[in-house]
Amino acid sequence: MLKRHFREFSVLGVLLSVLALLGVFAPDFFAPQPLLSRLTAAAPKLVVACGITVVMISRQIDISVGSLFAVCSVVCGLVAAAKVPLPLAVASSIAVGAIGGALNGALVAGLRLPSIVVTLATMVTLREGLRLAQQGVFVDLPDGLQWAGLPMIAGQYLVCGIAMTVLVAMSTVMRHLAIGRAVYAVGSDAEAARLAGIRPRLVTFGVFVLMGALTGLAAVMNVVQSPQVDPNTGKMLELEAIAAAVVGGVAVSGGRGNLGGVLVGFLLLACITPALTYIGVKPYWDKAIQGAVILLAVVADGLRNRKNGR
Amino acid sequence: MCLLQLTSIAKSFGAVRALKGVSFELQAGEVHALLGENGAGKSTLIKVITGAHRADGGTIEVHGRQVASLSPAEARGLGIACIYQQPALFPDLTVAENIGLRLEKFRPFGRVRWRLRRQTASELLRRVGAEIDPDAEVRWLSMPEQQLVEIACALGAGARIVVMDEPTASLTRQEQERLFGVVRGLRADGVGIIYISHRLEEIFALADRVTVLRDGESVGTWRMRKPSASGAGLAEPAVTEAELIQLMVGREVASTYPPAGAKPAKTVLSLRRLGCSSSGIRDVTLDVRSGEIVGLAGLVGAGRTELARIVFGLTPADSGEIELDGERVAIGSPQQAVARGIAYVPEDRRRHGVVLEMPIAHNMTMAVHDRIFPGTWLRPEAERSLAERQIGALGVKASGPDAPGGSLSGGNQQKVSLARWLATQPKLLILDEPTQGVDVGAKSEIHKIIRRLADEGMAVLLISSDLPEVLGMGDRIAVMRGGTVVALFPGGSDAQTVMAAALGHGSVADGTAPVADEEASC
Repeated sequence: MLKRHFREFSVLGVLLSVLALLGVFAPDFFAPQPLLSRLTAAAPKLVVACGITVVMISRQIDISVGSLFAVCSVVCGLVAAAKVPLPLAVASSIAVGAIGGALNGALVAGLRLPSIVVTLATMVTLREGLRLAQQGVFVDLPDGLQWAGLPMIAGQYLVCGIAMTVLVAMSTVMRHLAIGRAVYAVGSDAEAARLAGIRPRLVTFGVFVLMGALTGLAAVMNVVQSPQVDPNTGKMLELEAIAAAVVGGVAVSGGRGNLGGVLVGFLLLACITPALTYIGVKPYWDKAIQGAVILLAVVADGLRNRKNGR
Repeated sequence: MCLLQLTSIAKSFGAVRALKGVSFELQAGEVHALLGENGAGKSTLIKVITGAHRADGGTIEVHGRQVASLSPAEARGLGIACIYQQPALFPDLTVAENIGLRLEKFRPFGRVRWRLRRQTASELLRRVGAEIDPDAEVRWLSMPEQQLVEIACALGAGARIVVMDEPTASLTRQEQERLFGVVRGLRADGVGIIYISHRLEEIFALADRVTVLRDGESVGTWRMRKPSASGAGLAEPAVTEAELIQLMVGREVASTYPPAGAKPAKTVLSLRRLGCSSSGIRDVTLDVRSGEIVGLAGLVGAGRTELARIVFGLTPADSGEIELDGERVAIGSPQQAVARGIAYVPEDRRRHGVVLEMPIAHNMTMAVHDRIFPGTWLRPEAERSLAERQIGALGVKASGPDAPGGSLSGGNQQKVSLARWLATQPKLLILDEPTQGVDVGAKSEIHKIIRRLADEGMAVLLISSDLPEVLGMGDRIAVMRGGTVVALFPGGSDAQTVMAAALGHGSVADGTAPVADEEASC
């Protein structure tokens, strides 16, 4: 157990030491209310990170999630503003996400185009299309939508609960269902998988659709946190999600990684900045520090692979 | 003048001894053919000559001077050039640029002298008799044209020793003739040519001498019957086609193979005039019966793997019929093949047989997810017990079901690949080079497993380039050549007959070759 998941456990070790440092030097960090708010704000990113993990395990990448996230947010807001019941607004956001994902999947699996190029194109197209359609105007949400009409604390617990549910569900699918195993097989060696009777292109398509649907769900989880929808939301989201996956031990070369590791990586990236701020580092260093953590994780992987002779 | 002298060259890859002390000599102005079965050590020897592999033992003398070791750059500097079957040119660059890259000294900040580069290219192309525009991009050239560009590079580099590895494999007759003209021209200029080909008629048409390799050893060197002006003074005895074939296969004892057991029962697979133009398969008619191992022999490129891929639904057939258990079927995908009880253990297990990152338990259940996990959930206990059972049954040497596939030796990976397919409980098992790169001990274990499976009633189609293996394991032997089955032999046929069929010398296979007459006429 420890040996097979050495990578995940070493990140967990770093996370625990960071938390311990915070506990000693900045116990305020663990004050319940600000902590819950921070977690709630980050929860949609975790859902997107879950999707990107599955995409990366299948040896693909999706950098259009930030733009798709914005499109889904606006769609969700517009539908809700039209006085449609909340469940329908949620469904429309997920549906739009799934359609966007299906478009990426069809291009990648159907035409065998490289996913980095396809999703780069959809990233720009969706973002610019949204800018033209919305002209940067915020969408005002009806009163009952924020926190789904619940008191704020309950709403925050709900959002965090959804994120954890998605994580556990995805982890279960990847570990305990044949379809999850198929994703690993396709990411490790698509031709071997094909020879074993798995249909790699169908798997790839499905993975992108899932990614889109999760993006739509994440958009809803974000929309309910504020009274308005910012059409410029979701910028850099793809990078944050990919960073969480990479730090959590998901291999860009496919076939390796798990969602437990991604949760740990995600929390580490979320905690490291407040931790350093509490011990006196200026918050401007935020991105640079996150970048350094990613670099460290990648270098560690590289050294480990070289030692293992691969 | 002796251009190249190899003495007792040895080379091993792990436990496999590819070359066991081969000696070889090349004179100026001769075409020296190198002949041998698949895996006899020709490619390894060539790689030693071109510096791609470093010999473990023996000495190399080039132009009469001994060289301690040979790197690819040193080999090139000594005037050794190799023309591979697949030309190694840069497709996006023009012919002149390709030639320039090979011949010009690399100066990072030097100015490219385009006119000189183009002139050099035209001059060299003229010397090999090629009508090729130096400004044409290489990707638009045909295969023979690309070969000519390679030869032009070799000439431009002042190569005195030119190795040609199956240069005619993808050429038409006319293109061949043109190539032969170029080769003869090189010979007349005093270049020594090492010529590798499976086509005996080419060797007789072109070569002055022939050296036969077998199992990594040199069987000997012979003069071709045709006396050649430039080859005068060579002392070796002459040789005939029939003798060459016999020399290639040698006399193998098949006693190390498990004996045939059960009598073959009903026909499982029946191919009727099966063809597929895209993979070059035509008119294949073949039966495989339950309890029987059919060995599929043939040279590399004869279409054996392509045939297996059609039966497994990886390449669609476009003519003929496939019958399974007497019922005509269409197999459009590997899923359908698996559902119909066909299993295919592919060639090149390192790439496609075993997923190296995955634990072997996962590898073993990969093809049977829906069968051993009938519900929604994977059942780790069921998977483990299946894996442990297979590890025991096949004698896989691994630390346990959780060991990653990549941590196993070649033979054990092959057993994992086999286990995956046995889990599907196939009626028909197609094995593609199951013992390639496997050490001797694991090889005989795999042979026993295959025989046991056949005895239990499986129909087995065994593709192998190892002729003794096909002969020793096969209850019947089908020989493929040029994309079709050209001959069927009973088990235990002698290697010479089968080899002759694979090479396309029907007369020898019939045993009617008037060997003595030919000898007398020269």
